[in-house]
Amino acid sequence: MAIVKNDSVIEQEWITVDAEGDLPASDENLIVPLARFKEERDSLLGRNGGLGVQLNPGDAPEDLADDLDRLSIITVNFPAYTDGRGYSYGRVLRERMGFTGELRAVGDVLRDQILYMHRCGFDAYDLKVEGEVALNKVRAALKEMSVYYQPTGDGRVTAQSLRERRRAALQ
Amino acid sequence: MYRYDDFDRQLVHERTEQFREQVKRRLAGDITEEQFRPLRLMNGVYLQLHAYMLRVAVPYGTLRADQLRQLGMIARVYDKGYGHFTTRQNIQYNWPKLDEIPDALLDLAKVEMHAIQTSGNCIRNTTTDQYAGAAADEIEDPRPYCELIRQWSTFHPEFTYLPRKFKIAVTGSPNDRAAVKVHDIGLRMHQNDAGETGFEVMVGGGLGRTPFVGKTIREFIGKNDLFSYLEAILRVYNRFGRRDNKYKARIKILVHEEGIDKIRELVEEEWAQIKDGSLRVDDAEIAHYIEQFAPPAFETLSDDDADFERHKSENRRFANWVRSNVIEHKQPGYAIANVSLKPIGGIPGDATDTQMELVADLSEKYSFGDVRVTHEQNLVLPHVKKADLFAVWSELDKADLGTANLGYVTDIISCPGLDYCALATARSIPLSQRISERFGDLDRQHDIGELKIKISGCINACGHHHVGHIGILGLDKRGKEFYQITLGGDASQDASIGKIAGAGFSEAEVVDAIESLVTKYIDIRESGERFIDTYRRVGMDPFKEVLYGDR
Repeated sequence: MAIVKNDSVIEQEWITVDAEGDLPASDENLIVPLARFKEERDSLLGRNGGLGVQLNPGDAPEDLADDLDRLSIITVNFPAYTDGRGYSYGRVLRERMGFTGELRAVGDVLRDQILYMHRCGFDAYDLKVEGEVALNKVRAALKEMSVYYQPTGDGRVTAQSLRERRRAALQ
Repeated sequence: MYRYDDFDRQLVHERTEQFREQVKRRLAGDITEEQFRPLRLMNGVYLQLHAYMLRVAVPYGTLRADQLRQLGMIARVYDKGYGHFTTRQNIQYNWPKLDEIPDALLDLAKVEMHAIQTSGNCIRNTTTDQYAGAAADEIEDPRPYCELIRQWSTFHPEFTYLPRKFKIAVTGSPNDRAAVKVHDIGLRMHQNDAGETGFEVMVGGGLGRTPFVGKTIREFIGKNDLFSYLEAILRVYNRFGRRDNKYKARIKILVHEEGIDKIRELVEEEWAQIKDGSLRVDDAEIAHYIEQFAPPAFETLSDDDADFERHKSENRRFANWVRSNVIEHKQPGYAIANVSLKPIGGIPGDATDTQMELVADLSEKYSFGDVRVTHEQNLVLPHVKKADLFAVWSELDKADLGTANLGYVTDIISCPGLDYCALATARSIPLSQRISERFGDLDRQHDIGELKIKISGCINACGHHHVGHIGILGLDKRGKEFYQITLGGDASQDASIGKIAGAGFSEAEVVDAIESLVTKYIDIRESGERFIDTYRRVGMDPFKEVLYGDR
């Protein structure tokens, strides 16, 4: 198990609890599911440690609108790689709501989906393989393609804007 | 016609190399068939009953001569000498070897073709009117918009793992030849009150187990806003479409369960937030794409050609072919020539390597190198001079491609059925061949007139039986094939879903049953009525009676 972010393997510094689990000590960094965050919002925001929220398929990222600046991390769960709802959540969080913290893909995160996740605003990937292997997978996935048709918030230049630049240069 | 630029070429090249690596990993045993499955499906490689099948995309059904020639070469080198044109205007090969598929994809890439997104729960090949850019009744050529949709939908990072597959069709003509009302999204070009051309957007149509005619979600969307609007629909579908049951996962179920008003509200709310963003396409960019589909260099001709008329009066078979297979062109002196892939008793949609090469040659010589694939599984030479039609037909006829049956009872849509498909519950090709033979006589076909028979070998409805004037669904009952008949389906601008006539028929009975329906229609039709018109006038009962009597 390894988390890859910014071209390196990072430490797991967060404790994720489910809907019912006991909360760790107040100074631990904690990730809770969205439903629990909504229920226990005030007490969670009053803790000393960092706070993050996990979105599961069916959740609405819009529910976090008022609290985004208090969240250091949002994890988006892909229970199966075939469940693509998380891609929309990523784009809504980054491009519409302006979330700037860590956006981490967790669950069934496989090599062949990483580029798409990155294009949708994810910057961290929790893979089910060990350090070096995970890092190599992410590196390979991110450089497999170099032409992009769709404008997303990822900063990549689309084929269309490259064409426009070329046409402008020729004029 | 659109030509790839270096960006398009680079993208396909990278994809081809990526798949070669994936196949290598599979053949070396590094990944299991289960892990390989989603990867091969993304590249159009299915595992069928007997072999792998490769489905190659023909974007909006448009081919250049060199592309069709290459498809013929691929049929010869990588398959058993033939290919099968599909209802998605694509072509599939039934017998490629897995270890050779990367080479086949490389050969496709050489002519700017690929198998990307011909499978999987993503946005599939966009289809359109096969007569685009040639039809006399067209408001505007829909292909520039189809090409923009192709690019927008290719490897869309957000919409590659949708609840289910997603199909878009566009018509630029009020006479819908692209079946847009039975697509996840159907786009119909029309003019608004201000005289601007844009699109009516329909959503939630589809066939399969639960057929629906699409509902209008927006009466008019301008060209500049089309892509942000499509993105809004797809985002709503991706977020809220059902994922708990594969058979309820298409957008049609979402629209049906939530209601079109609710879906419209969600889409409009989403669209309001993205419509001024980077998906807005300006007029200059649209103009650039329109330019790429500029009409070929037509000659200025009289619409009447004496030789053409003479050949028609001298050669009855040619005259018959013109009557059924040649359609009016927008340019005087030119015509649209349909190449039937439905020879009497043949396999609907199949073409051999040499047939593909011949049509490629003819298109180069007579049709500006332009060929179309139709969703009814035929080919089209869209821009033929009337003066050349006889030469074209003579060549086609020698190659068994000159059958004069477009739109007739033997112009049958059929899925591959149990002869190939792992999902099928019954054979459909042999049945279509028997119906074709039964009605093979051309005078009789002409007398019957337009009659669309569509056959599916299972409930997934790949043969579009729900929208056949007569639809046939092959099922399995205790190990025996039987066939259910539906009547009154229609895929045109007057789209409707056929109704089940009653109990199914055995393989031995079904052709007689079809014939009795046709005989009844001939008996009761009024002047000028097609089968579908008569059915709409008299309803199911008279037809039911000939099928079942007192049963």
